[in-house]
Amino acid sequence: MIIAILSLAVLGLGLGLMLGFASKYLKVEAGALVREISDMLPGSQCGQCGFPGCGPAAEAVAGGQAPVTLCPPGGPSLALALANKLGVSADLSGMEEHIPKVAFINERLCIGCTKCFKRCPTDALVGANRQIHVVIRDACTGCGKCVEVCPTESVQLREEPETLESWHWPKPQELPAAS
Amino acid sequence: MGMMKLFRIRGGVHPQGRKSLSADQPIRDVPLPDLLHVPLQQHAGQPAEAVVKKGDLVLKGQVIAVGQGRISAPVHAPTSGTVVGLGRYTAPHPSGLPGRTITIRPDGKDAWADLPSPMDPFECEPGVIAKRVAESGIVGMGGAAFPSAVKLDLGRRFDLHTLIINGAECEPYLTCDDRLMREHPDEIVDGVRIMAHALGVERIVIAVEGNKPLAIRALAHASKDVSTIMIQEVPARYPMGSEKHLTQTLIGKETPARGLTAEIGVVVHNVATAMAVRDAVRFGRPLISRVVTVSGEGISNPGNFRTPIGTPVRHLIDHAGGLRGEPARLLLGGPMMGQPLADMKAPIVKGTNGILALADLPPTVAQNPCIRCASCVDACPCGLVPLEMSAAIRKEDMARATHLGLMDCIGCGSCAYVCPSSIPLVQYFNYAKGKITKQQRAEHKQMETKRLAEARTERMERVQREKREAMAQRKAAQTRTKPERSETQQDQDGEEVSA
Ligand code: SF4
Ligand code: SF4
Repeated sequence: MIIAILSLAVLGLGLGLMLGFASKYLKVEAGALVREISDMLPGSQCGQCGFPGCGPAAEAVAGGQAPVTLCPPGGPSLALALANKLGVSADLSGMEEHIPKVAFINERLCIGCTKCFKRCPTDALVGANRQIHVVIRDACTGCGKCVEVCPTESVQLREEPETLESWHWPKPQELPAAS
Repeated sequence: MGMMKLFRIRGGVHPQGRKSLSADQPIRDVPLPDLLHVPLQQHAGQPAEAVVKKGDLVLKGQVIAVGQGRISAPVHAPTSGTVVGLGRYTAPHPSGLPGRTITIRPDGKDAWADLPSPMDPFECEPGVIAKRVAESGIVGMGGAAFPSAVKLDLGRRFDLHTLIINGAECEPYLTCDDRLMREHPDEIVDGVRIMAHALGVERIVIAVEGNKPLAIRALAHASKDVSTIMIQEVPARYPMGSEKHLTQTLIGKETPARGLTAEIGVVVHNVATAMAVRDAVRFGRPLISRVVTVSGEGISNPGNFRTPIGTPVRHLIDHAGGLRGEPARLLLGGPMMGQPLADMKAPIVKGTNGILALADLPPTVAQNPCIRCASCVDACPCGLVPLEMSAAIRKEDMARATHLGLMDCIGCGSCAYVCPSSIPLVQYFNYAKGKITKQQRAEHKQMETKRLAEARTERMERVQREKREAMAQRKAAQTRTKPERSETQQDQDGEEVSA
């Protein structure tokens, strides 16, 4: 028994070290552009863009394999910033439809399992064991990780409600095209 | 009365005054409504934080919410009664969305709380006056609702020479300041002197538009023995009441774009604010009511009413004889810069100077395309080019609109007023300003979440590292202890002996 534990531990340690070294010495020198773009992305590794994280997404954007509008949490402002950086024009038409969403927790269903809390990339969920969890809206990027892990389906993504602070005048209606 | 050389400002318009509807109506008190809805955000800056709870009994003038942060203002109970609600209630805002509000059921006794003791303003330090004004929840009553204490403290940071008291009241229909000046000139003069003392300035100009001769006469009489005060008639031209334009008319200097008038040595306060300052300093009374003009062709008996803060608009309109038919639009404030009122449930707040029921509709859809007549350019008091700005905004080119000076636009509505094509120019500017703010907020949020995500990654890595280290240590200890147990034991024993 002890030998088994020991050998596994040694194995684990050895592999861990190997991985560590590998990541250090075999790392491809990321281009300065990729790094800059990666700095602009939210860094929450939410995966909504379809890439495994913000790093790969940055590479894809820099290499032109992904559009500047790839990042839903970043929204149009990020798309514009990326377009400026890359010197391309951004087609925001599809982007405007993306209404930012934030997580809501149904307090009646939450069992306080802490799964969502552990998973949230921006620490936007607070709670402790067997306590109802709450969402800090300002920190939520709407990535949906918490929705995936919740065992009772008590987390939902909803549109952020309009408040006195967020409301602004709508654009005036346009003149009919004829004139 | 003074004889100053006045300076001409560019632009401006001459809308019909329509002040005669209510100008001859003396200020009357409004009886208390069944419920008062007192919002926590009645001022520019941070909302106040409630310090009462549901069921609490409150006395008139008692603090029910305290200011938060440097630019904020506390809120006081407008009368005595019971707090029956602490939640969200329709705000006096064009969106009609709810905001945090304390609801009080008056008990009818109107019993005062213990108020701060009266002060002799000219015996105390200027800073003490500003402090009292802050504690009394006084904000600019001309409409912008900027906390007055902040503006009374500017003497510390700037070299000030003149206090301008704004009695221009250039918006059509509004007569509340006119009535105050006619009925309470002595109190206003007293308040103005207190403010000048707080600011440390020797020169005071009270500016009143020429269409209010009775107010000018009353103030001149009240200030005849005060050598520092000059009552100055200014031409009736919209937007004369804009702080920067009034300053320019009187002093001849332009305030830097997006700067403060204090940068050129001037502070501007409104006449109603001066009166509120006097009440706070001389009697310890906080700002819990204000005079509101209820007027317009759609109001049966237009007039000027001293209204407790939190009174629903409907109650006030009922008191003015009710509506005459269905008005085309209801406005909070004047017809030029006022905001449409979404719901008559909304309460009167510290910055509400008027409730108007008007018969005509403003243009919301451009009736005709821009004919490039440049009337809007001539009308703009800020030297902007409204037609170019609105064209850029139509194309969602906010960068160009900003470059053209969008952020210097004071939203006075002069351009839209003169536009022969009825293009809703101000609505374009409001839309663009709101959109730009929203974008900035989104960017800020993104930076914030990025910081959070990084902090979390770092923490996770640290936890991992610590786990690994702990494990490595345990393993090292294990490998060491197991085969060489006896040795270790000895070592320890040895140590114990030597120790
Ligand atoms: S609303 Fe703005 S652009 Fe129009 S006249 Fe007034 S300051 Fe100029
Ligand atoms: S006033 Fe109206 S029609 Fe004339 S230039 Fe300005 S926006 Fe165009």
